[in-house]
Amino acid sequence: MNTVLWVVLPYICLTSFVVGHFWRYRYDKFGWTTRSSQIYENRLLAWAGPLFHFGILGVLVGHALGLLVPESWTSAAGISEDAYHAVSVSGGTLAGLMTVTGLVLLVYRRRMTPSIFRATTVMDKAMYLLLGAVVAVGTYNTLVINLLGAGHDYRADVAVWFRSIFVFQPDAALMAGAPIAFQLHALLALGLFALWPFTRLVHVFSAPVGYLVRPYIVYRSRDPLGAARAPRRGWERVGS
Amino acid sequence: MRVMAQLGMVMNLDKCIGCHTCSVTCKQAWTNRTGVEYVWFNNVETRPGLGYPRTHEDQDRWQGGWVRTSRGRLRLRAGGRVRRLLQIFSNPRLPGMSDYYEPWTYDYDTLLNAPAQADVPVARPKSLITGEPMQIRWSANWDDDLGGAPEHAPGDPVLKKLGDRVKLEFEKTFMFHLPRICEHCLNPACVASCPSGAMYKRAEDGIVLVDQDGCRGWRQCVTGCPYKKVYFNHRTGKAEKCTFCYPRVEAGQPTVCAETCVGRLRYIGLFLYDADRVLAAASVENEHDLLEAQRSVILDPEDPQVIAAARAAGIPEDWLDAARRSPVYALTNRYRIALPLHPEYRTMPMVWYIPPLSPVVDVVRDTGFDGEDSSTLFHAIDALRIPVEYLAELFTAGDPEPVGRSLRILAAMRSYMRQVNLGEELDESIAESVGMTGEQLRELHRLLAIARYDERYVIPAAHVEAGQSLEELAGCSLDYSGGPGMGGIGPFGEVSGTPASVESFHLTKQRAESDRYADLPEGRGAVDLLTWSGEAPPEGLFPPRRDNGQPGNGQAGNGQGRS
Repeated sequence: MNTVLWVVLPYICLTSFVVGHFWRYRYDKFGWTTRSSQIYENRLLAWAGPLFHFGILGVLVGHALGLLVPESWTSAAGISEDAYHAVSVSGGTLAGLMTVTGLVLLVYRRRMTPSIFRATTVMDKAMYLLLGAVVAVGTYNTLVINLLGAGHDYRADVAVWFRSIFVFQPDAALMAGAPIAFQLHALLALGLFALWPFTRLVHVFSAPVGYLVRPYIVYRSRDPLGAARAPRRGWERVGS
Repeated sequence: MRVMAQLGMVMNLDKCIGCHTCSVTCKQAWTNRTGVEYVWFNNVETRPGLGYPRTHEDQDRWQGGWVRTSRGRLRLRAGGRVRRLLQIFSNPRLPGMSDYYEPWTYDYDTLLNAPAQADVPVARPKSLITGEPMQIRWSANWDDDLGGAPEHAPGDPVLKKLGDRVKLEFEKTFMFHLPRICEHCLNPACVASCPSGAMYKRAEDGIVLVDQDGCRGWRQCVTGCPYKKVYFNHRTGKAEKCTFCYPRVEAGQPTVCAETCVGRLRYIGLFLYDADRVLAAASVENEHDLLEAQRSVILDPEDPQVIAAARAAGIPEDWLDAARRSPVYALTNRYRIALPLHPEYRTMPMVWYIPPLSPVVDVVRDTGFDGEDSSTLFHAIDALRIPVEYLAELFTAGDPEPVGRSLRILAAMRSYMRQVNLGEELDESIAESVGMTGEQLRELHRLLAIARYDERYVIPAAHVEAGQSLEELAGCSLDYSGGPGMGGIGPFGEVSGTPASVESFHLTKQRAESDRYADLPEGRGAVDLLTWSGEAPPEGLFPPRRDNGQPGNGQAGNGQGRS
């Protein structure tokens, strides 16, 4: 059971994540968009959009620090466990609350504005459900367990397990001993990763950082679309 | 000098009767789809009026276009690159649906299926956004022909610039129609605003397009464009805009709006311009100098140096020939009567306008004077400050002199041509008074009044012959409009498909110009069986008969029988 949950499932979900993105980019570039609903409603979005997105970016940075940086590195750098805990819990609480507030407002806005609700697809609803669950459990872990409760040193088990997946030496036993709330958060996140490429979340990977360095005016020649374009598969000329 | 070619348009506003035929045909061709119900790539506004979307010219509010910084550089008015990226989660300067209008249909089913009853059944308006019954409160041309003007028109941002004295009397004074399409600017702020780099200016002809596969729906282009001519497709989540009907233009046909214009007021042709000088011209300090700066970027197609540089830049000979015959170059730079719309946005717009003399003529005639007498008209142009100043706010960043000059030329042409037509003795001083010769006035009159189709539209075909024939062979591509590639909404949102018909317009043109569908060039391999009468083998289906009388490919019919 542990092997299925913490070894097989992660690889299935991450395969779906990687292959799914490749497939989507290859075959559905036209559908690769934020599908913004700002034109329908602006007042709530003006607060909720930035709140959620900047919050989730903070969450991303926090996860990168917590999961990818081994405990031995921070202690080697002279950062005590207490200092790390203080930074991670305070930053995590702030980012988590921003994310939750933003997400609640966004979902409320989506449900209560008729035009937006009408433009919401089945996949959107599934995605919001899963994303909401991941965020909720994650916030519970930060707030209830780590801030108010006794705390759990996830860097001793969850983080090590997470890294072990990427070096292809997964250690299921590490996760089996983690608190149930952390287990649930990891499982829900895996589900979200599996679904990710088939949702609007793909827009994360089009974050337009290249805009900062490219020239303002873009010129393109017609040729790639016209004369030089290779015939589509199945439509090659006779004898080619 | 880096010579580039640019397709441009000139509209003669005196001829616009506000019939909206251009808008309707454009909508039928391009935006009759879900997601762009509210979108009019071409719209006709009544001026003074709020425009579409409402008050789009109020750049204090919408922050479109460029501003010149104190150090003389150009910056997007809505903010630089970092600021643009920080605002992608919620763009504070994006017009909402209500700033355009909420599109609707009618509940026709009630009319058709109503049982016999005492009361006449009513088709209620139904929102195309929410699907609910709605109150119609605004549309793309709600204030058409100054309808509701006492209430709405004072909100016109252009009128506001003129100050209070206008407000009480303007609706008695003047009115004109302003058709608007994308300006296909030389320095497009929408392209500069696009974080994804999906918007681009075509190097061959300067048409500004959105790469539908590259657009990620960040919505910054809508803010960047000061004319609000980039629209957000709320179904696909992509930006869409006027394409200058590139599939038609590539085949040498005018755009749909120009082709169907009842008043024949649109001119399409080529500009040659110096791409190296665009930025400097757009950055001149005094807004009143922008018009001349913009004209100076456009190169004289007769100049041997320009021709040599253009050849070096790879511009084909037939394009150079078209540039020499270009009606738009004649109107903007030779006669210098066409003016750009809002040059103060510093985008170098390439759709130009000949300001309307008719508001002035109307007043002169209504007050009992001769509306075709040049001295009367000259005096009226000077005396009727409000129309001239309003036009100046539209076309010359508020400088009344160039507008006055254009109007005086039109007035001079009017009275000179009356003398010609009535066989009176010609008064050459009329022409001299506007710095022209009588011969030039006749030429201008010919171009403005009686130019034929091929004089108004001088459009060289694109040089992609090989590509076009490939496209023709791949005639079963799924991307044609209405085909499976255009499919509906899937579980992830809109499925892939090009919104534009990619049918080859070369073929369409040949069909349109030939007597019957079978009259296609040999060997194209394209036969329209749908319209084949069945009486004789359609030409093109079989190879031509060989010279020795042997039928080609074993076909015994009259393969040559072109009747």
